[in-house]
Amino acid sequence: MLEIRWHSRAGQGAVTGAKGLADVISTTGKHVQAFAFYGSAKRGAAMTAYNRVDDKVVMNHEKYMEPDFVFVIDPALVYTSDVTINAKEKTIYIITTHMSTQELVASQPKLEGKEVYTVDCIKIAQETIGKAIPNTPMLGAFMKISGMYDIEFFKDSMKRILRKLPQKIIDANMLAIQRAFDEVK
Amino acid sequence: MAFDKMELQKIEVWDGNFAAAQALRQCQIDVVAAYPITPSTPIVEGYAKFLSDNYIEGEFVMVESEHAAMSGCVGAAAAGGRVATATSSQGFALMVEVLYQASGMRLPIVLNVVNRALAAPLNVNGDHSDMYLGRDSGWIQLDAFAPQEAYDLNFIAFKVAEDHDIRLPAMVHQDGFMTSHTAQGVYTLTDDEAYGFVGEYKPMNDMLDFEHPVTHGVQTEEDWHFEHKARQHNDLMTKVFPKIQAAFDAFEKLSGRKYNIVEKYDMNDADVCVVCMGTSVETAREVATEMREKGIKAGVVGLRVIRPFPFFEIAEALKDVKAIAALDRSSPNGAPGMLFNEIAGALFNTDKRALLSGYVYGLGGRDLTKAHLVSLYTELQANVDAGKVTTQLQQFIGVRGPKLAFL
Repeated sequence: MLEIRWHSRAGQGAVTGAKGLADVISTTGKHVQAFAFYGSAKRGAAMTAYNRVDDKVVMNHEKYMEPDFVFVIDPALVYTSDVTINAKEKTIYIITTHMSTQELVASQPKLEGKEVYTVDCIKIAQETIGKAIPNTPMLGAFMKISGMYDIEFFKDSMKRILRKLPQKIIDANMLAIQRAFDEVK
Repeated sequence: MAFDKMELQKIEVWDGNFAAAQALRQCQIDVVAAYPITPSTPIVEGYAKFLSDNYIEGEFVMVESEHAAMSGCVGAAAAGGRVATATSSQGFALMVEVLYQASGMRLPIVLNVVNRALAAPLNVNGDHSDMYLGRDSGWIQLDAFAPQEAYDLNFIAFKVAEDHDIRLPAMVHQDGFMTSHTAQGVYTLTDDEAYGFVGEYKPMNDMLDFEHPVTHGVQTEEDWHFEHKARQHNDLMTKVFPKIQAAFDAFEKLSGRKYNIVEKYDMNDADVCVVCMGTSVETAREVATEMREKGIKAGVVGLRVIRPFPFFEIAEALKDVKAIAALDRSSPNGAPGMLFNEIAGALFNTDKRALLSGYVYGLGGRDLTKAHLVSLYTELQANVDAGKVTTQLQQFIGVRGPKLAFL
């Protein structure tokens, strides 16, 4: 069982990202689950989304999770919510920030001693897609850190998932995924 | 007017709402009258989108309330159409008056109920309060534990409800958010397979059949009211289960997916078991397997059919077990829980009566964790070891504050 928790703000695309990732993984024969806590369901409110991946059908419907990966797609959430809650010793963090990993960990002592990677998904999204929708770049970074799939396979899969969007937006997302893959440290 | 077919992948990653919306599309519903409410909104939204994209030949009726939504469904069903809608919680509560009309008028409407708590306090999350509110309304109630089942049970619901020997409306329940907004792999049917399974709608006593005029929505006082109600109850008690079983069998042939009126998991040699509904059934199955590794022979019984209540099937499922926990996700507000009472009733006249205790859990979407279920099975095993229920008969799981226990 692979478990992922997303920290996001409502409207930044964590649910879409979690569902998109589940969709890609499902095509490889694995069983998936993607869900979210909507909380007050207001745009901009902090929220969490979740992925479970397993070789057998995912039957666990508890909301409680000790994640293997934590994705933070809004930089301020590192300070305003506890992104380390219910973590395991080996939980890996991929965090959106303009800072270096070292600067980030220095600014949030809870991350000290953890396996933390950083990438500026907000900036990448703004420069490629033209909007601060940091979900697809986060998945590019995840592909790099996890080594889950070849990046070309992943991009092809995402093209299928995004196929209803205008070609320009699809191309921009592909660029964003590739950039985050290349830039995550 | 011709409509388009949709190419689906063999496995689609869908949440429970979209799975239900796709089932409504594939059943080619003639009329959906709906008023949106969280968390069920995407079902009727999905139908409307499919309709506007020419995937359905039908009509979407926008109304001013859920009372009007179900009234619209009653009118359309009486006129002779295949009719469905969806609702949750307060919307369901507002529909209740018309639910009794629909079942009393023997109109085979399918209502997707995305289970949600009832206010006050206001809460949009999943529990079974609305589902419990509907249990005396004369509808068939089917319960999905995951998105796949929310999809499949819609086909079953139409098949059974529209049968001319049945002609009763049916609800398909799924847990708000935990199923409705949780995406999982769903094995699809092709449009032709799905429509072939439910078949073309065959109207009965339809108002638009001018050759055979009928009256709907009549008044009967003490002279006939009781006979109508008794016959409705009779059909629920005697006719529905065989038709559900036949539909399950036919569906298994078509899809390979097997459904049972009572879903048993590891019950053959179980000492302790949990009886519950919705997503909790699946979580409990996972925990039961883990308990067996710890030496506790745990099983799970899930209710696939809530109404009519599978009285004998439940007694049969529980006949060899030593301790049972009945899990109710609705506040009984001054009584034992519904499942506790129904199970007690089913077992009372049998030879083997297991130790039965009731638990209220998960109100307003409160998480039922695997850790809760581990404690629960451990407590049931302690009851078995002591030969008696060692706790009070009604406890609460996962509520903060001083421990609450009654009876």
